[in-house]
Amino acid sequence: MTDPKRRDILFLGAGAMAAVAAGGMVWPLIDQMNPDASTLALASIEVDLAGIVPGQIVTVKWRGKPVFVRRRTPAEIKEAENAPLAGLPDPEPDAKRVQKPEWLVVVGVCTHLGCIPLGHEGEFDGWFCPCHGSTYDVSGRIRSGPAPTNLEVPKYVFLSDMKIKIG
Amino acid sequence: MSGPSKYTPKSAFARWLEKRLPILSFMYDSFVAYPTPKNLNYLWTFGAILFFMLIAQIVTGVVLAMHYTAETTLAFDSVERIMRDVNWGMFLRYAHANGASLFFFAAYIHMFRGLYYGSYKSPREVLWILGVIIFLLMMATGFLGYVLPWGQMSFWAATVITNLFSAIPVVGNAIKTWLLGGYSVDNATLNRFYALHYLMPFVIFAVVAIHVWALHVTGQNNPTGVEVKSVERETVPFTPYATFKDAVGIGVILVLYAWLTFFAPNYLGHPDNYIPANPLSTPPHIVPEWYFLPFYAILRAIPNKLAGVVALFASVLILAALPWLDTSKVKSARYRPLFRVFFWVFVGVCVALGYLGAQPPEGAFLIAARLCSAWYFLHLLVILPLLGKFERTQPEPASIEASIAAQTAALKEVAHV
Repeated sequence: MTDPKRRDILFLGAGAMAAVAAGGMVWPLIDQMNPDASTLALASIEVDLAGIVPGQIVTVKWRGKPVFVRRRTPAEIKEAENAPLAGLPDPEPDAKRVQKPEWLVVVGVCTHLGCIPLGHEGEFDGWFCPCHGSTYDVSGRIRSGPAPTNLEVPKYVFLSDMKIKIG
Repeated sequence: MSGPSKYTPKSAFARWLEKRLPILSFMYDSFVAYPTPKNLNYLWTFGAILFFMLIAQIVTGVVLAMHYTAETTLAFDSVERIMRDVNWGMFLRYAHANGASLFFFAAYIHMFRGLYYGSYKSPREVLWILGVIIFLLMMATGFLGYVLPWGQMSFWAATVITNLFSAIPVVGNAIKTWLLGGYSVDNATLNRFYALHYLMPFVIFAVVAIHVWALHVTGQNNPTGVEVKSVERETVPFTPYATFKDAVGIGVILVLYAWLTFFAPNYLGHPDNYIPANPLSTPPHIVPEWYFLPFYAILRAIPNKLAGVVALFASVLILAALPWLDTSKVKSARYRPLFRVFFWVFVGVCVALGYLGAQPPEGAFLIAARLCSAWYFLHLLVILPLLGKFERTQPEPASIEASIAAQTAALKEVAHV
């Protein structure tokens, strides 16, 4: 190959600058479709657990979806921990699904086709989805019905004993 | 430009496509091999600059439309949301607003180039008229777009412009109510303005395509105003010569665009448009954006309502008659010394009208606006036709080739001194 001439260098340099400029112009056009600041602000919510009595399920809205916050009674906790994992469609020990056994936080969207399951319903007194009959237990695990996986546990932290931040 | 295509398909796929839809040869003949006069100056890059600005406005506009809401109680806030919350929203909004200004700036340069070099004369009359149509569509689009942020200026500009239609005798008020969708500028108006603002740029795109088609039939004019006589000796292929020259032109405009958008984004705007629209409070001075100021000055110069409206529309429409108003056989102002003087006076009058459009229409400003408006029409309706008959023009070069040779010789002489 012959020595690069001045013209080649100029061409390459101009072409490279044009490519960088084009990329710089295109990125904002793509990124503007990503969630904006107001949507991201609602990406996390704080939930006050103080008013919830044992056995009660409270539904909050997080990222446009319902989240069930359930304060489990000691009986329910025992039932959740002792359930045999062998027969479960999606085996998962209760300990992996809760940070404190008394509080279950799950996304209230049936993993089958997305309906909202009804609380305190179904054979296990967990949740029952009226759309196609999926039945969940008090740990939000799928027991019977067409749903393939357990109710999703979102990322959350305890800010204090009686307050959690979801997301 | 007609005749057999200069394109030879280089691959089997290209040959296959060519037989079914000869788009490759079409693109090649129109934008690669297309013969472009050798002596064009940088004023001829503004066509490409305008096309670039049209695409820029469409792209930024569509992207803004993903976040804007056209409802009177929500519009202003949705624009603020774009500015504050949407990723890159501030940049996109300022790019679109300043893009409109640059679009008109480039259009005016492009039009004055046509005026100076006689690009509207035969055989380019239809090309010119298509350009006037594009300009009218641009004015409509710009006006509609300015209403959308629903600021004070948005609202009152809409009120003033829709009120113009009530000047029409007999049916004026019915037309105005029909345009508004109500008895005053309100939600119905805002929604239909949004729909039309989204539509118009694509209509502009279509007319631009026909404009370029008309151009390619006759070929470009050039600074001598003398038509191309020899394609081999007087033209160069569009690519790479005009392509890269246009790229340089676009690059320079981008510097101006970037400077405005990043360092002076509100310089060309009006601060009153950051006040949400209030139908019960008129701003002390209602002014349109700078690119409408000359026409605004003409409108307000005439004391009669209907006459003022007629003058406003006439000042744009009269441009379509230019090919027949200018009777000179010589195209380019280079060889028309007296026309040149009047041309620059005309430019000065247009700029003066722009300045006067921003001043209150009273006292000395009003007198000046009336004089300038009168001169505007005088230039087009009286001076141009007379000049053609009485002006002693300088001899035109025999051809573009001769003109280039003469210039080269003159440069060599200067170099040897």
